Amino acid sequence: MIELYESQRAMRNMRRAAMQRGVVAILDVGSSKIACLVLRFDGTDPSDDGIGSLAGQSGFRVIGAATTRSRGVRFGEIVSMSETERAIRTAVQAAQKMAGIRVDHVIACFSGAGPRSYGLAGKVDVAGMTVDEQDVARVLSACDAPDFGHGREVLHAQPVNFALDHRSGLIDPRGQIGNELSCDMHMLTVDAQAIQNLAYCVKRCDLELAGIASSAYASGISALVEDEQELGAACIDMGGGATGVSIFIKKHMIYADAVRMGGDHVTSDISMGLQVPMATAERIKTFYGGVVATGMDDREMIETGGETGDWEHDRRTVSRAELIGILRPRVEEILEEVRARLDAAGFDHLPSQQIVLTGGASQIPGLDGLASKILGQQVRLGRPLRVHGLPQAATGAGFASAVGLCLFAAHPQDEWWDFEIPLDRYPARSFKRAVQWFRDNW
Amino acid sequence: MRQMSRSDPAPSRLTYRLERLMLTPVFRLALRVGVPFALAFGAAGLWFSVPENREAFHGMLADIRISIENRPEFQVRLMAIDGASVHVAEDIREILPLDFPVSSFDLDLDAMQETVVGLDPVRTARLRIRQGGVLQIDVTERVPAVLWRHAEGLELLDEAGVLVGPADSRSDHSALPVIAGEGAEQAVPEALALMAVSGPLLPRLRGFERMGARRWDVVLDRDQRILLPETGAAEALERVIAMDQAVDMLARDLVAVDLRLPRRPTVRMTDNATQEMWRIKQIEAGGEQR
Repeated sequence: MIELYESQRAMRNMRRAAMQRGVVAILDVGSSKIACLVLRFDGTDPSDDGIGSLAGQSGFRVIGAATTRSRGVRFGEIVSMSETERAIRTAVQAAQKMAGIRVDHVIACFSGAGPRSYGLAGKVDVAGMTVDEQDVARVLSACDAPDFGHGREVLHAQPVNFALDHRSGLIDPRGQIGNELSCDMHMLTVDAQAIQNLAYCVKRCDLELAGIASSAYASGISALVEDEQELGAACIDMGGGATGVSIFIKKHMIYADAVRMGGDHVTSDISMGLQVPMATAERIKTFYGGVVATGMDDREMIETGGETGDWEHDRRTVSRAELIGILRPRVEEILEEVRARLDAAGFDHLPSQQIVLTGGASQIPGLDGLASKILGQQVRLGRPLRVHGLPQAATGAGFASAVGLCLFAAHPQDEWWDFEIPLDRYPARSFKRAVQWFRDNW
Repeated sequence: MRQMSRSDPAPSRLTYRLERLMLTPVFRLALRVGVPFALAFGAAGLWFSVPENREAFHGMLADIRISIENRPEFQVRLMAIDGASVHVAEDIREILPLDFPVSSFDLDLDAMQETVVGLDPVRTARLRIRQGGVLQIDVTERVPAVLWRHAEGLELLDEAGVLVGPADSRSDHSALPVIAGEGAEQAVPEALALMAVSGPLLPRLRGFERMGARRWDVVLDRDQRILLPETGAAEALERVIAMDQAVDMLARDLVAVDLRLPRRPTVRMTDNATQEMWRIKQIEAGGEQR
């Protein structure tokens, strides 16, 4: 499996280089907008002694932020390379200009590409008295990877839990005495094509890809508060073209999925239903949208406007209740789909049933009421965590995954490729292997 | 559709790369510092690469230099010599061939000082250009201490034995002792030491003669000589003076007092005195009377 993680390891090295330089860009490639944040790391690493000040986010500062309308991205996947490249270029250039510094490394996230979660388990006998790094490496490589199919690539592979002789729930088993070490791992695969496209677009912008993440994961990091991550919660990131679902427990993501529907579909419903252009539909949605109709809404008339030259056509009005009537079924459909995904993941077996809605499309008024009917009682609207220097314009729910990616860039969780490589997978002439051979035979 | 057909704000690849380049700190530094430097040096180098320009530049520099050197503030018009006698001053004026006015930049004071010090009667010389365009030369002359008589004539030496100048006659320098003999000029300090202790002999002193380039003879009038040893000459002379004062020795009919062996002073008498002594001794012995 080493070949599989070479690129991931390379990206980690790139991230380390970016940390040394102190500047890294965050790129959230979404279906409706592309956000770019420029982070400066001031060298203080609060991870030394537990959790540092400001919940461990004091190590960096946002010095540049820019958003641009997304082009060429649908359902969270890149469909037009040149368009997307231009959009990324716009965002990166504006953010660089604001930061006043050139960025060379970028950490990107995207929502689509059909993410699929796998739970992996591995078991191995401890070689010595106590568990050391090599045992951890061996137990990780002992996890039997499922056949996730051709053309898919592992995006995340995080060990969620270690168990040592029936003692489960260990975070760090190193140094403990035991005989049998087992681990549970969460693996997320996506279409390799999507990653390759994104990497190509980033490369065409003269940038180096220093990391890649699923936006469902990133928005979960930023929108869920700490005890929600600890006790178990689901984060639903309602984006433009895709809705990401991620379930966290014990501060680890254990499931992620995406529904290929989002705010853009609502807009296109309005556009079709009211016979207005997409831009007008978007404006009507953001100004007058809602999901719960009241008697007042029947009397509130909305002018659709238009510039066709047909006076009758341009002077049409529509009541807000009608708009809600168009909007609500689609939102319900999205939430139903999310419910189905959560049920499939076994979310109702979790001790805590907290659900957090975030993302740009979660800003529809009354959505929490509707969601609580479909998803369960414990629903709240989430906004991303506040990080240093984030402009006011980028603190909305739509920036949850961008902010989450900042936290991911500052303190990435350990993934499979961050651990040591087991000795028997080293090249045959390695020095470490020679040492191991001596130790085994004498 | 108005909003959708709005022009795309995306920068072209060239603009994007250019802006990234401009945001590179090293590049900006090079642009801010390197380019002006390169332009300035390049232009100057290009201009200097033409030989005419180079010559014109050097000519201009030389003109400026000459015009500054010829300013009246730097002109030297007079030479003032202090501390030298008239002859020496004339000599100095002779060996410093300066035609005033001259620019102070053209005066090589070190070389001129060497020249002045090279004169025999000059012990030290200090040259400086005083305010008002005066070349001030402060000279310390050598003081003649002895007269040195040798085959070519009479010369003056100072207390270290350095030549001061020729002396015309003995009578011009009656206060100075005369030395003579082989290697006398190299032992002037010894002669002066002898001179210092020979106070009572001064009226009779003719001079000091160096014998065999190793010891001194004191020459008195009436052809009397005091032969001094190589070492301890002054003490020996003092002993002679003491003997003279005790028994009035030198007033007697002696030719030489020999102290070359300091423990055994020897007196050489004239023939006449010797005969006389023998006669007196015979009388005392009761011999025949002649």
